[in-house]
Amino acid sequence: MNGTRAVIAGIGHTEFSQNSGRSTLQLAAEASRDAIRDAGFSPTEVDGTVTFSMDTNDELALIRTIGVPMLRFCARTRGGGGGASATVQLAAAAVESGQADAVLVYRAFNERSAHRFGQPVQANPDPAWNWASPFSLNTPAKVYSLTFQRYMYEFGLTNEDFGRYTVVARDWASTNPNAQFYERPITLEDHQDSRWIVEPILRKLDCCLESDGGVALLITSAKRAADHGADAVPILASSAIQLEGGHEMFAYYHEDLCEYPEGRVLGQQLYNRAGITADDIDVAMIYENFSPIVFLQLEAFGFCGRGEASDFIKDGHIGRGGSLPVNTNGGLLGEGYIHGMNNIVEGVRQLRGTSANQISGAEHVLVSAGRSGIILGR
Amino acid sequence: MTTVRPPIFDFDDAFFWEGAREHKLLIQRCGDCGILRHPPTPLCATCGSTNNQATESSGDGTILTWIISQHPTEPDAEPRIVILVQLDEGTRIVSNLIDVEPTHDQTLNDKRVVVCFVDYDGTILPQFRLAGSQP
Repeated sequence: MNGTRAVIAGIGHTEFSQNSGRSTLQLAAEASRDAIRDAGFSPTEVDGTVTFSMDTNDELALIRTIGVPMLRFCARTRGGGGGASATVQLAAAAVESGQADAVLVYRAFNERSAHRFGQPVQANPDPAWNWASPFSLNTPAKVYSLTFQRYMYEFGLTNEDFGRYTVVARDWASTNPNAQFYERPITLEDHQDSRWIVEPILRKLDCCLESDGGVALLITSAKRAADHGADAVPILASSAIQLEGGHEMFAYYHEDLCEYPEGRVLGQQLYNRAGITADDIDVAMIYENFSPIVFLQLEAFGFCGRGEASDFIKDGHIGRGGSLPVNTNGGLLGEGYIHGMNNIVEGVRQLRGTSANQISGAEHVLVSAGRSGIILGR
Repeated sequence: MTTVRPPIFDFDDAFFWEGAREHKLLIQRCGDCGILRHPPTPLCATCGSTNNQATESSGDGTILTWIISQHPTEPDAEPRIVILVQLDEGTRIVSNLIDVEPTHDQTLNDKRVVVCFVDYDGTILPQFRLAGSQP
């Protein structure tokens, strides 16, 4: 492999919990320290950072905390969790263009014990909310359900179909000691007993697990990673797609409400850049704030056809022994919701052979945040 | 009683809410090339013009998708039906369906609707009724 190509050389994370009991800066710092150490680097070698535009941990506060003397590259992703994989794209772009040698990617929050994203917005954060909140669309669950309802109507699905995804995610989580739902698998009946959030579309167990925690990655060149003895995972492709008329929350204005067009274009980009097809993906990590978004992404990335995700899941493809294991850490419903970043960590582990739910012979892992994605591979 | 969280009036959107006060459902229209757009934007993506005009919608449309919105501690403590309407002019708008029981055992997709205006404690919102139903 070309020595200038970007790799994920280190991963780090805190525990994932409902109440971390410490500052988000401490969570960011602990995860960052661990990612740098995992790569065999010293903090003094880090010269770039990438985080989310929404992250509240200032770069200068973080480098003072962990002992990074100088940065020559800082970038932040647009939007929310849809930008999770774009952090890797930005870091890889910096490394491969020579703007930075070792880029620390971090994301940390107390998203359960402090500011919860799932709560109703109290004031419109920006004018786009004018077209939603006066009409009572004021929580992510309601905002997303408005498109999920059409998908259910079009393909004759019920909430039970979505529940089958959650059952699989909780099964993976049940054997992952990092997961908040470790040793707590559920049945479809358990899912159907959970309370409605938006009847008849989303139940509580269709929603991601609001969490406290931090995740970090250390991204550098293949050559530098090898010089440091890192167990590095190559980034075969990365991309982030925005389409005119699209919106992170209000996906109401694309012609077809039953597809995820950003995901479809993203998949094409990633497969082309990596020189592979959907058939070559061994494990898929798929961002899920709510279970139905997995259905839309399975279809967008070509793992099954339009409207076929429900049968694809029912037929056992995404669970243990399936043809395409999905979210083998339990995903954001089962492990924790660190804005999608913990799914990247699991992707790296699958390729290192260190996952709690290791898929033997995994060579290509897709990590999708819906509108940003990466393909990692050996 | 249903209450609402009022919109922010900004440069790009104010005409819409001022129109609603006069019981008009306005759609932004490029004064040069005639393209309709919603939500509004300050410049026409087709021709680059800032000659932003508005046209009054017939108010007729079709429900694409819908949910029942309810939150115990929010303005929708009483359930409301939220709809995404495809207006006959071609643009789409999020609104509410009124005068229909907010129950799940009905199919509202693809139903025809017509606009009306409701004053919620000083905020006038465009709302919709099923076409053919009496106000």
